[in-house]
Amino acid sequence: MRSIFRHVAGSGTGLLGLVLVVAIVFAAVTAPWISPYDPDRLDVLHRFAGMSGAHWLGTDHLGRDLLSRLLHGASVAMAVSLLAIAVALSVGTVLGALAAYLPSGQERVILVLFDIISSFPSLVLALVVVAVFGPSTVNVILIVAVTLMPQFGRVARAQVLSVKSAPFLEAEILLGAGWARIFLRHLLPNIAGPLIVLASVEVPVVITVEAGLSFIGLGVRPPLASWGTLIYDGYSYLSDSPLPVVASCITLSLATLGFTLFGEALRDAVDPKRSSVR
Amino acid sequence: MTTLIDVQNVSMLYDGRVRALDGISLALRAREIVGLVGESGSGKTTLCRVMMGLVRPTGGDVIVDGTTRLIDMLRRDRLAYRRRAQMLQQDALASLSPRMRLRDQLAEPIAIHGMDKAQGWARVLDLLTRMGLSHGILDKYPHQISGGQARRVAVARALVLAPSVIVADEPTAGLDVSVQGDLLNLLLDLQAELGLTYLVASHNLNVIRRISDRIVVMYLGQIVEQGPTDEVFARPAHPYTAALLSTNPVVDPARRRPRIVLEGEIPSVVNPPPGCRFHTRCPQVQDRCRVDVPALRLNEGREVRCHFPLA
Repeated sequence: MRSIFRHVAGSGTGLLGLVLVVAIVFAAVTAPWISPYDPDRLDVLHRFAGMSGAHWLGTDHLGRDLLSRLLHGASVAMAVSLLAIAVALSVGTVLGALAAYLPSGQERVILVLFDIISSFPSLVLALVVVAVFGPSTVNVILIVAVTLMPQFGRVARAQVLSVKSAPFLEAEILLGAGWARIFLRHLLPNIAGPLIVLASVEVPVVITVEAGLSFIGLGVRPPLASWGTLIYDGYSYLSDSPLPVVASCITLSLATLGFTLFGEALRDAVDPKRSSVR
Repeated sequence: MTTLIDVQNVSMLYDGRVRALDGISLALRAREIVGLVGESGSGKTTLCRVMMGLVRPTGGDVIVDGTTRLIDMLRRDRLAYRRRAQMLQQDALASLSPRMRLRDQLAEPIAIHGMDKAQGWARVLDLLTRMGLSHGILDKYPHQISGGQARRVAVARALVLAPSVIVADEPTAGLDVSVQGDLLNLLLDLQAELGLTYLVASHNLNVIRRISDRIVVMYLGQIVEQGPTDEVFARPAHPYTAALLSTNPVVDPARRRPRIVLEGEIPSVVNPPPGCRFHTRCPQVQDRCRVDVPALRLNEGREVRCHFPLA
């Protein structure tokens, strides 16, 4: 664990990623306390304000403080990605492990399900879901979770296939352990590494997908404001003030960059070829 | 002597064509040490796995205590059979969960069987001492211990449940000779002390000779000879046994016997030879052996599967 941290922080890009990730997670958790203003407080007299001591990043078309809105946007981005990935990870792991243990006929059913989902464009799926159920944050989470699930499922299946005939699992059968004990205490810890890395690599993907869906109005609904919503709002009033668009886009870029660098450093750190980590 | 585990005419057919076991009958009697020998691919490991209920034979039955079928017993009370019989797996190091401290591994049988924690743990510590392992090893992970230590940890873990039968698949594989000797002494001491019954599978004839009362020789999934260890070693009756024993390195030059070199490879179990399975490599082969399948016949206190036994 410690050596993984040392490896991530040891490379220049990994350290940059780590700093950005820590900053975004900190912002997301403490947004209600560190925001200078209520993100929804209207102040029409001061709309399109520029950068100043009172409003560090200025205000939008309704005079709302942009910094406060971006900080709260971090909470939305983090909550959506963590929940979506948690759902994709758990469902994918269970289905993948199941596929690895089922006879080949039933295994095919699960694998074909994975293929169908991955071959379906997520935007089209999003349009269908929104058309049927209407836009909502929960729907964004579910859409993202469903589209990511096959990736976790395939990795989990491959991992389980590589350890399922290991003598230590047989040893548990010989001691009389039930399947739940074998899965949770012996199988899961030995397949978790690659799944955790995949989860961290998927965070920036989820952030961008969520921002994209919110930008076209299929995602997070007002009053909740995601970074995608902020970019859309700013874009509508681009001729009045470019600041909201620029600030929101830079924030989104830094977030995806940070999580991408962090995820890649983490992936390199737990690479099985690096014996010191294992 | 009571029969603890009775293997009755067991066959194991993988994918409908790989005949790993072919009509094996073997009775394991109380407090007996049975040695199972044969080349790789002769079916030793499969037989061990069948006896432990890890795989279900495609033919025949395993009877426990002369009354209950193993599959019924496992279905009705899985844990009872696990307390009855334990197995030492071939690769002891790999049989330990790689991301778990030995302390937690050794506590597994206690938790699974709902044993009293204090009593169970006292038993674990007692076993460790008897294995000659310091209690400091409990905080280590499997990759931090040696092969010999892993063997002894595996033995301790198997004995926590106080089984009466131990099925040991190549218990000395991968150990150097001095550690092998220590382990065999340990197994013999435990047998005498706890009244255990062993089935020891090994291709190491010195191990088998040292430890077993009775020897069972397997070739291509069949038993070709079985009898008391001393007698079989002194006068092998099946040509395969004779060839196998002649390849065994013996330190004392006076006791060496002329080496019988077998021609060719062990045939495939997918397509075993007709007649006697050993006829393709047998130095004493005759016409009858190529067509007529020999039965396992009782011959002067020994069972031999040969038309023309040597002894």
